[in-house]
Amino acid sequence: MEKASRSIQNRPRWEVAAETAIEWLIRLCGISAILFVFGIFFFVFREGGGFLFHGFKVREFFLSPEWYPNSQTHVRYGALALIAGTASVTVLAMLVAVPFGIGAAIFVSEFCGPRLKETLKITIELLAAIPSVVWGFIGLTVMNSLIINLFGAPIGLNVLNGGLILALMSVPIIVSIGEDALKAVPDSYREAALALGVTRWQLVYRVLLPAAKNGLLAAALLGVGRAVGETMAVLMATGHAVNIPTSLLDSVRTLTATIAAELGEAPVHSDHYQVLFIIGVLLFSITFVVNLAADLIVRGVRSK
Amino acid sequence: MFQATSLTRRKQLGEFIARTLFLLMTLLMVVPLLLIVGYLVYQAWPILSLDFLLSNPKHGMRAGGIWSPLLGTVYLVVISLAIATPIGVLAAVFLNEYARDNWLTRVVNLAVVNLAGVPSIVHALFGLGAFVLFARLGKSILAASLTLAIMTLPVIIASTKEALAAVPKAFREACWNVGATRWQTIRHIVLPNSISGILTGVILQVSRAAGETAPIMFTGAVFFKAIREGNVFAYGLFDQCMALSMHLFTISTQVPDVPKALPYGTAVVLLSTVLAVNALSIIVRVRLRARRKW
Repeated sequence: MEKASRSIQNRPRWEVAAETAIEWLIRLCGISAILFVFGIFFFVFREGGGFLFHGFKVREFFLSPEWYPNSQTHVRYGALALIAGTASVTVLAMLVAVPFGIGAAIFVSEFCGPRLKETLKITIELLAAIPSVVWGFIGLTVMNSLIINLFGAPIGLNVLNGGLILALMSVPIIVSIGEDALKAVPDSYREAALALGVTRWQLVYRVLLPAAKNGLLAAALLGVGRAVGETMAVLMATGHAVNIPTSLLDSVRTLTATIAAELGEAPVHSDHYQVLFIIGVLLFSITFVVNLAADLIVRGVRSK
Repeated sequence: MFQATSLTRRKQLGEFIARTLFLLMTLLMVVPLLLIVGYLVYQAWPILSLDFLLSNPKHGMRAGGIWSPLLGTVYLVVISLAIATPIGVLAAVFLNEYARDNWLTRVVNLAVVNLAGVPSIVHALFGLGAFVLFARLGKSILAASLTLAIMTLPVIIASTKEALAAVPKAFREACWNVGATRWQTIRHIVLPNSISGILTGVILQVSRAAGETAPIMFTGAVFFKAIREGNVFAYGLFDQCMALSMHLFTISTQVPDVPKALPYGTAVVLLSTVLAVNALSIIVRVRLRARRKW
């Protein structure tokens, strides 16, 4: 003990000082993520906050579908249609992505050999890497003409298009988190079930799914978070019409797309500009809650 | 002696159906990817050439190549990488080497998860409010890179943390036992042994930053800017720039009468860059796994 402390004293002074400095730097970087999350909330709120307390109509924002930020006579900021737009594409995306994602997670984790498993996981990883603007471009070109040809719709840029694109985008995260959840089920469960003579399907259905249901729920939630926050793909693929959709072939516009499309034209610090930041606060809050919930669920799984 | 009873046969049938169903579900995700990439390349084929990469967009972006956006993307990626890598690696060092299992660590972990989940357009709003307006950087490469850096930070933190955690505890204990301090152990034992894993995260950050559009739209990327062809130092830190992802958005939605091959070409260059970078990270990871001795 004495020797150790002497050897530290024998080190040049600057080295000890540098080490202390570096350790403080490490601590600072360590908490940087907290600073950034607060910073994001603070700055987004700061830009939109002024209007939030002066002139912002909460009822109109949440209950009116009339979004006329540039009207000469009567400016209205009703975001209901935008919320409906986000909700419609997200729900469609999840209806497609959750079963497919969990099905794929089951296949990758339980039904295939190590070789195929590795290949599929890499492919899914690459699928996750495709930039959202490229997905948007695919929606604009490939999916657009497919939908026009298959459904005879006048325009192929609609809820169906955006929902399918979003489904493809959020499937990778559902598969990877879902696979983790299945992997976390103890092997003794599998062995016990197999010893009783069940088939693999029975094993999945009766043992693994109930045991992993929290993890799978978290996977679905993370998929929702991804879909709600996605911007470029839905901006390009949903047709850009402020509209409460009544069918899959209606064009819509989402919250994210509205910010992306209008922020460039809104004069800095105008009401319109501030409302867009308020939408940002709303989006931040939604994804924050969704991610928090997913994280708590996953943590619950782990601590068991 | 062992005859298949009807029950066994039914079980086998069920097994077969389940397996096929799940296989189909998996293939339904994977196959469209291949078809779509194939289609994009097919459409872009006539235009893909070195000249396409090295000439500026011309005639109101209806002709020419992608030199200016390509270089802009390189600038954004490199600068955001230079900002995010040290912060991310040190943050992971904190989480894995210093942090105890207390409330602070839990909050940090939660913040990392949430930072990863913040929508890209909200990052754009943040970048605009914090860097462009508050810090008075203006719409510039620096402001856009800072925004991208914060956005991609969780990628680096997560993968570095994983890499650090893979270094056996015994390595550290051996080092502490010969009298090394905590930082000396990290500097000489932990970081060198996890460098490939950290590299994987950095590469992933590159691919993420290269593909993002929303965060740079209002913080530094512009619709059009011609720069000197062939000069890799054509942009300055406080200039605005074009970016590949933004360029693809512009020519496919904002500009009328663009020849069809042009957006396809841009999409293929962007997509192949991102996929190649990702493939690189996968190769690094696989080789690392094969070489690891402990």
